[in-house]
Amino acid sequence: MNTKTVLRVNGLRKRYGERDVLDGVDLEIAQGECFGLLGPNGAGKTTTLRLVLGQTAPDAGTITLLEEPVPERAREARQRIGVVPQFDNLDPDFTVEENLLVYGRYFGLTQGEIAARIPALMAFAGLTGREHARLNELSGGMKRRLTLVRALVHDPEVVFMDEPTTGLDPQARHLIWERLKRLKSEGKTLILTTHFMEEAERLCTRLAIMDHGRIIAQGAPRELIAEHIEAQVIEVHGPGVEAWLDAAKGMAARVEFAGETAFCYVINEQPLLESLRAQPQLVYLHRPANLEDLFLKLTGRDLRD
Amino acid sequence: MIRPTISRRWIYVWQRNLGVWRKLAIPSVLGNLADPMIGLLGLGYGLGAMLPAVAGGPYVAFLAAGMVASSTMYSASFEAMYSAFSRLQHQKTWEAILNAPLTIDDVILGELIWAGSKAMLSGTAMLGVAAALGLVASPMAMGALPVVVLLGLTFAAIGLVWTALATGYDFFMYYFTLVMTPMGFLSGVFFPVERLPEALQLLAYTLPLYHGVALIRPLLAGQVPTQIVLHGLVLVLYIVIGFCLSLHLARRRIMR
Repeated sequence: MNTKTVLRVNGLRKRYGERDVLDGVDLEIAQGECFGLLGPNGAGKTTTLRLVLGQTAPDAGTITLLEEPVPERAREARQRIGVVPQFDNLDPDFTVEENLLVYGRYFGLTQGEIAARIPALMAFAGLTGREHARLNELSGGMKRRLTLVRALVHDPEVVFMDEPTTGLDPQARHLIWERLKRLKSEGKTLILTTHFMEEAERLCTRLAIMDHGRIIAQGAPRELIAEHIEAQVIEVHGPGVEAWLDAAKGMAARVEFAGETAFCYVINEQPLLESLRAQPQLVYLHRPANLEDLFLKLTGRDLRD
Repeated sequence: MIRPTISRRWIYVWQRNLGVWRKLAIPSVLGNLADPMIGLLGLGYGLGAMLPAVAGGPYVAFLAAGMVASSTMYSASFEAMYSAFSRLQHQKTWEAILNAPLTIDDVILGELIWAGSKAMLSGTAMLGVAAALGLVASPMAMGALPVVVLLGLTFAAIGLVWTALATGYDFFMYYFTLVMTPMGFLSGVFFPVERLPEALQLLAYTLPLYHGVALIRPLLAGQVPTQIVLHGLVLVLYIVIGFCLSLHLARRRIMR
């Protein structure tokens, strides 16, 4: 297979005052991947993105983006990259179409070149017919889609997305996911940060989980779950859950308590389910383990702010 | 300080601002003109009617030269502070631009030239008003145009320094009330600097607005200004130092 490396990061460190925000990060992302960077708030995801785009200088480590050394030649690298920021920063004084015309110009495209691309971009964003709409006439989902196609205006090889679907309703979110899958099938490399586990599980071919400025796990979503976590989860709550657990604990491979709910991680679920049937006062939910379980196992259940 | 990394893409920043301005051009021009015009008419004709000749001519002509300079200053300062800050902080326009192949240095240069351009428009419009009111002696007044350009860039550069330091819009109030308003009184906009106590006259010589007025006033009266090179150099120095300082501060704020 002829895959080339799009991004290589070695030993990346960044310190703000006394705090190591990044404490030795290594990454390697190949062309055509959809790579997810996961982590709780403050884990260092956004800082990693800013460093990779050359928007701040690392204290140590090297970055090579599309064969360009960053930050030295970040400008040349950014010429071939699209960025979807965490918060929309569209130009509120311009119409939908003007936003694309103005943004494309930053990449050195002529107004004619951009205008020729606009119908396809509008169709991709589901905004056909809205070219002359003012931004305050658009819904949150429409603005997000416009931000996405604005990042595609110069047909980049790599698209970076910082929490692409945060704050969107399910319909809007699914539409964005559909579009990202289409970009993936067109061969674009997608690199996204998220704390939406469902998003990462659906879209990402590979992901890295970050915490406290380090990458603590890396791999394909299903493989990571299989490697780190039991296959089945039974969530139990209700009166007497602790008493029941004292007797049943031996049947679970691992138990975590969050508030009043016991999360029982099991390889063979049958004995626990049997014991639960004899406890009608307990409410339980049996489901396969997912990325969120893995995430919580690796980063803990404490709040991060 | 590291060498500036400027490309010709700064012009796209300028073009973006022009694009927004064109949508709001008429109210913007009227707003820019109305304030100095009301000042000129009210003070110049109202107060001027009670005054003897000032510097050898009617007071309204004296004031007109000051108003060309001060409306240039206000226009550049508003754009480089309130407007640029809203692009930096609230609309996140700079952030969007920095995701494209532009650097913060390109953005600052684009903003500097843009605020300077807008100030030039205001200064030129005031000059046109002065000419229409017959307050300009000869075509030599055209010589005031390059001064207006320098003055606009000067206050654009100073304004960007404050923008790079600003924590909110209130921050600019200090500059407007504690720096610009006294500067107007000290720089000979409303009355000759020679009327000031000697110590304040010395202070006036350090102020960029003073040097702008010192060039514009004789040109409007049809005379060649004295010490053109000195006045010009002071303005250029303010532009260079202000630009370098704003670059340094903006990098420190944004690229940290």
